[in-house]
Amino acid sequence: MSPGSADIGEEVVLEPQGLQQLLEILQRQGYQLVGPTLRQGSLVYGPLSAATDLPRGWGDAQEAGAFRLRKLREPMFFGYGVGQQSWKQFLYPHRRRLWQARLEGNDFQVLPPDADPVKFAFIGVHACDLEAILVQDKVFLEGPFIDPHYRARREQAFILAVNCGHPCHTGFCASMGSGPRATRGFDLVLTEILQGPRHYLLAAPGTERGRQLIHQVPHQKAQPGEREAADQLLDQTTRQLGRSLDTRDLKALLYRNYENPGWDQVAARCLSCGNCTLVCPTCFCHTIEDTTDLTGTQAERWRRWDVCYTVDFSYLHGGSIRATPRSRYRQWLTHKLATWIDQFGVLGCVGCGRCITWCPVAIDITAEVRALRESELTAAAAAKE
Amino acid sequence: MPDSLAEPMLPVPYRVLKVGRETADTFTLALAAAAGDQGFSFAPGQFNMLYVFGVGEVPISISGDPDRPETLVHTVRAVGAVSRAICGLQKGDTLGVRGPYGVPWPVEAAPGYDVLVIAGGLGLAPLRPAVYHLLARRPQYGNLELIYGARTPEDMVYRQELERWRGRFDFRVHVTVDSARGDWRGNVGVVPNFIARARFDPEQTMVLICGPGVMMRFTVQELLHRGLKRENIYLSMERNMKCGLGLCGHCQLGPFFVCKDGPVFRYDLLQDWFLAREV
Ligand SMILES: Cc1cc2nc3c(=O)[nH]c(=O)nc-3n(C[C@H](O)[C@H](O)[C@H](O)COP(=O)(O)OP(=O)(O)OC[C@H]3O[C@@H](n4cnc5c(N)ncnc54)[C@H](O)[C@@H]3O)c2cc1C
Ligand code: SF4
Ligand code: SF4
Ligand code: FES
Repeated sequence: MSPGSADIGEEVVLEPQGLQQLLEILQRQGYQLVGPTLRQGSLVYGPLSAATDLPRGWGDAQEAGAFRLRKLREPMFFGYGVGQQSWKQFLYPHRRRLWQARLEGNDFQVLPPDADPVKFAFIGVHACDLEAILVQDKVFLEGPFIDPHYRARREQAFILAVNCGHPCHTGFCASMGSGPRATRGFDLVLTEILQGPRHYLLAAPGTERGRQLIHQVPHQKAQPGEREAADQLLDQTTRQLGRSLDTRDLKALLYRNYENPGWDQVAARCLSCGNCTLVCPTCFCHTIEDTTDLTGTQAERWRRWDVCYTVDFSYLHGGSIRATPRSRYRQWLTHKLATWIDQFGVLGCVGCGRCITWCPVAIDITAEVRALRESELTAAAAAKE
Repeated sequence: MPDSLAEPMLPVPYRVLKVGRETADTFTLALAAAAGDQGFSFAPGQFNMLYVFGVGEVPISISGDPDRPETLVHTVRAVGAVSRAICGLQKGDTLGVRGPYGVPWPVEAAPGYDVLVIAGGLGLAPLRPAVYHLLARRPQYGNLELIYGARTPEDMVYRQELERWRGRFDFRVHVTVDSARGDWRGNVGVVPNFIARARFDPEQTMVLICGPGVMMRFTVQELLHRGLKRENIYLSMERNMKCGLGLCGHCQLGPFFVCKDGPVFRYDLLQDWFLAREV
């Protein structure tokens, strides 16, 4: 290690123009940059060519069933919460060809899958989304079978995280222990600070790759006051988060309430549209599509995201297992907050709030958990009388 | 087994050696690896994903003899697009195979026990490898009994084999149908009713069950009534399956992925989910 360079975890200060320099270096290293951009009134992650592509000076206002962009007074690079679709669309694309095959006479030959050369640098990943990537790692990389496509992209991806200076109104990362501060899973994390005329980025590397990157742009050792400003900002974000979810005893709560009549009430509102599963950064379910061309000699297998809210999802000859909307909403919520723990040792929810924002009828996962808890209290009170 | 770098979704071409008709809509296929290699070993109760070129892929239990893995045997009932296409294959045709997947029947743990095998309909297919395994090591077990139920005599699979097994003095076989026309001289009645006829020591008996949901529900009830231990009852479960790898999420049954945590489950671990509806 050369003298004066940042240790992993050690914080340095960059001037605002340092961000563009970081991006240029990543591009030179062959990374395809993706990050937040504005598209049709929404915040979506897409290709970036320079820091000027970031929605600088824009913020968001998210509510249950509603998303709105708003102009900020400050020229912040990262003045907004999570985008509509998560980063999973890059590590685990919603459609992917797995292989092709050719028929010759009675025999067929399966051709090796397409190589996956894409080397992404994710710019501006929030803490909740970092945790979500770690959750999907458990699904796709811990076996017994692993997904080679996910692995190829995941191993190469560079992750530039940002600590949240803007409380999400539908988010509850603090409840889930996943934010607003990024604590792991990044190569480099930035905290953007604007105090009066002073605008700077506090940067901390999380890996050797991140350390080397930071080393190549002008930086200064962070002063105690600058670190303190970041701490204060994150404390403020934590206090101002719009949602919370009481996770005590959560798995047992859901298991105890598997037959709670309250599921009928949420099922009566749920449209079974599946928006919540598509925007969720941890949902991993997919289906397989086998196709042929018109001549019947070329076949392909595709993998496509699937939605547990459809009747087909649990279809068996003779009918579906989860035929009612009640059973399908129950499946989704119970999976996120209970069975996921048995399956992967972690919760399937990181509290990003996307499912709340993007539900067309404003169903709120935190409110549903609260309703279950309250119904237990009501039942207990009634039993006492 | 799995190579962590390889695409786990690649089917291996197998050649159809023989197609035998079991019932009007059910066929047993014998297959061998098209490239002429050895095939793979499997344990009783495991399944493969079978792919028909361009049509699709479905989970099908291995129904052959685990001691003779060079020939891969599957018994398939034509119920929809893919299973119908499999049943339409002829000698010499090719189909794709990947597997074997899943947790097998606990036959390795059964020596010293009485073993009761209970099958309904095509549920005998995943149990047949277990029967082969048990019969090949017959002296290691206590009483060995099979209760097999089908809807009608015409729906019974492996009829000749059942006859042969019935001829053995060391294997008691009860065959029954739900209903039959006048020329049927065998038993009529549902499977759970025959448990009373089976001889076993409830303290030392392993039960292996596969069949329609309702049949399994009532069978388990009856077994518990007879004093069987929950942890000695094993069931094979069915769910929609797209990958067989624990990745697609389709086969979930509460906290379990049927493809990798099952399809064979120990009843005491499964019971809460087994008894609930629409899980
Ligand atoms: C572990 C396991 C072992 C099985 N073993 C056998 C066997 O040995 N012999 C046999 O004939 N059948 C077996 N089945 C059932 C067999 O997989 C279905 O009959 C088959 O998937 C139906 O597909 P299809 O395209 O012909 O029918 P369609 O009704 O057109 O099915 C459409 C899709 O629904 C799903 N599906 C429909 N029915 C079932 C079902 N019963 N189980 C799982 N998925 C289903 C499949 O994904 C299928 O692609 C087994 C199922 C499982 C889960
Ligand atoms: S369940 Fe909702 S809040 Fe939780 S991670 Fe998924 S989208 Fe975010
Ligand atoms: S909870 Fe909302 S977003 Fe999810 S399926 Fe129901 S209506 Fe759609
Ligand atoms: S079949 Fe895909 S997870 Fe079990």
